[in-house]
Amino acid sequence: MTDVESFRAELVKFLEHELPTQLGELPPPTGDYWGGRKPELPHPQSRRYCELMAARGLTAPTWPKEYGGGGLDKEQAKIFLAELRRLGLPLPLVGFGLSMIGPTLLQFGTEDQKREHLPKIVRGEIRWAQGYSEPNAGSDLASLAASARIAGDEIVINGQKIWTSYADKADWMFGIFRTDAGGKKQEGITFLLLDMAQPGVEVRPIKLISGASPFCETFFTDARAHTKDIIFGIGKGWTVAKALLGHERTMIGDVFGAGAGARNTVATGNPLAELAREYLGDRDGRIAEPVLRDRVAQVSMDERCFALTTQRSADSLKAGHKPGPESSIFKIYGTELNQRRHELMLSLRGPACLGWEGPGFDERELVQTRDWLRSRGNSIEGGTSEVQLNIIAKHVLGLPD
Amino acid sequence: MQLILTEDQTLLSRTANDFVMGAPPIARLRKLRDTRDERGYALDRWAKMAELGWTAIPFTEQDGGLGMGLAEVVLVTEAMGKGLAPEPYIPSIMLAGRAIALGGSAAHKASWLRAAITGEKILALAHTRRQGRFDLARVPVRATPAGGGFRLTGQATQVWGGYLADAYVVAARTAGQDGDREGITLFLVPAQAQGLASERQHRVDSQNVAQLTFNDVDVREADVLGGTGQGHALLGRVVDEATVALAGEMLGGMTEALDRTLTYLRERRQFGVPIGSFQALKHRAARLYIELELSRSAVMAAARALDAQSADAAQLVSLAKARLSEAYCMVANEAVQMHGGIGMTDEHDIGFFMKRARACEMTFGDAAYHRDRFAALGGY
Repeated sequence: MTDVESFRAELVKFLEHELPTQLGELPPPTGDYWGGRKPELPHPQSRRYCELMAARGLTAPTWPKEYGGGGLDKEQAKIFLAELRRLGLPLPLVGFGLSMIGPTLLQFGTEDQKREHLPKIVRGEIRWAQGYSEPNAGSDLASLAASARIAGDEIVINGQKIWTSYADKADWMFGIFRTDAGGKKQEGITFLLLDMAQPGVEVRPIKLISGASPFCETFFTDARAHTKDIIFGIGKGWTVAKALLGHERTMIGDVFGAGAGARNTVATGNPLAELAREYLGDRDGRIAEPVLRDRVAQVSMDERCFALTTQRSADSLKAGHKPGPESSIFKIYGTELNQRRHELMLSLRGPACLGWEGPGFDERELVQTRDWLRSRGNSIEGGTSEVQLNIIAKHVLGLPD
Repeated sequence: MQLILTEDQTLLSRTANDFVMGAPPIARLRKLRDTRDERGYALDRWAKMAELGWTAIPFTEQDGGLGMGLAEVVLVTEAMGKGLAPEPYIPSIMLAGRAIALGGSAAHKASWLRAAITGEKILALAHTRRQGRFDLARVPVRATPAGGGFRLTGQATQVWGGYLADAYVVAARTAGQDGDREGITLFLVPAQAQGLASERQHRVDSQNVAQLTFNDVDVREADVLGGTGQGHALLGRVVDEATVALAGEMLGGMTEALDRTLTYLRERRQFGVPIGSFQALKHRAARLYIELELSRSAVMAAARALDAQSADAAQLVSLAKARLSEAYCMVANEAVQMHGGIGMTDEHDIGFFMKRARACEMTFGDAAYHRDRFAALGGY
């Protein structure tokens, strides 16, 4: 048996036999588990499932073993994800620990910092929030003003962050704060980690146009952090912050890219076409409204093409090439494509797309309304489309400032 | 399906680019146009392309080819598209040559295909007519049985590479009604056939296209490619392959048009600064770059799907041609706009790309045609 085969056999034994023996009922493939000190359980067994997977490093399959990761190479990680899909199992754990601060610590953290924070992320013990944007520092992030004053081993923090996703549910925050107000604005910024369970930190959820509150305002009044939790040194936070934004954009691009790809294979058919049939009817095997049929084809083709582009980028990485310039387009194209998809779904449903709540609308229509409104934020969060275009123009096309 | 280039493919791409871009390519096209060159392309360049092995790429070794596929073909056509090289690669090799390779007899291959591969003979496909738009079932010629063979009448227009070609693959109706898939037959007809007249047509992109008039042209039963009445499937396959080759050309053209525009944005100064520093232009240039990257994926995927004969190959062909049709025209339009007044002059080269973009769009189906086809293939 080759190494790959024995790896798969071992994994399947664990997933198919050990897990069910230990857990009885397994969680369904939908419903994300975010972990944390006060975890929300999408399924009664979500926490146990996460812990059993974490014991084998499978919540962070590619991280090094010494920090609790699985130590898998890319091919093994691919097999792991494929087996989860095959068995209809969810990812054991999601969150900004795994997707954002973890990779950043692996890149910039000291040995002590990695040993302190990474295992807790892997085990799902700490849920993280991102403290970046401020009311007056959005696209111009480097102009941030929330201050961090060093006082011996301690850091005293004052000011405000905004758009901190799920801050009301998070335990720790990674963020950027101003340690020096003089000089170039990028130079006085420090990247640090702090525990949010303290009197100086107050969190208020923000209600969005979709009615949901995934984002918060976070206020700091003499909040405390420790100098040992400064990442990469005082005044060097901008470098770390930019690298982390890279991880964030990759994550957002992946989400939309993979989603688009999965939606449009020969095997799964085309959900947009099915929706069109349901609301518009069918004439001689074709969607009855030719103009909307053309739009269904257009969006479906664009989704397919986007999925091919993310595949091309992944193939190139697997072949050992550096990330190509094509990866810079994922965030902007993926999010705008998702918006076009939602707008097309509104058109296909017609007036039924307007339901907010109550009778006369079915559940899918009501969910669609909220999803459409939420999708408008995709091209704003994580760097607006306009900022992405600036980045492409400058770094890929070499156009002058 | 892996969407990356192998080492051999990277090498082929580099050689092709060096050859096409070696001599100032647009100046060459301009001269062919301005001297009203009757062929509109250069036979000596064509001979060199054959020498480089490009013409042998898509044929089996048994047929005198290199046994490679569309994944390699699109690298050649991409390079040709960058330099707007007008040599008849797609008409002679991808259309007529492939039709003979797939449907021809040993005799057809011996007398025509080998000579097409060596570059000694030039072939073309006559399958379009004035009112046919892009429907392959609306063929330009009617064939009636006569003397054990057939007699052809009709007129084909915009036959790509057709003026001064040595032989034609002709799509004719031998049975049924206009628009039926059944009853179409492909014939191999030498240019000197009695009753066949060829006229050079002049198009916006200066390429060699011909109007062919068939006035009772007699052909033998032996000159049928594929089966009598069975030509639609063969025609469809050959046109799908050529469509991907053309999408490769379009990818090259839009890459070059964008490249030239970016150079202009960096160099041209107004208000005391390079115009490329204006955000209104930066953002539009970045949008064009996004289109370019998506287009490259579409071309690579369609080429590989056809090579592997995957179930979704036809859909990917339409995906590529629809996207490239819109993206190349958009890049070309924006290229002229960003060049400003100079972009409107005949003296500047950028206008050549806009003209070729339109011609490519209108060959083998525009974006609307291919979206309709993509949807129909998807069952909606």
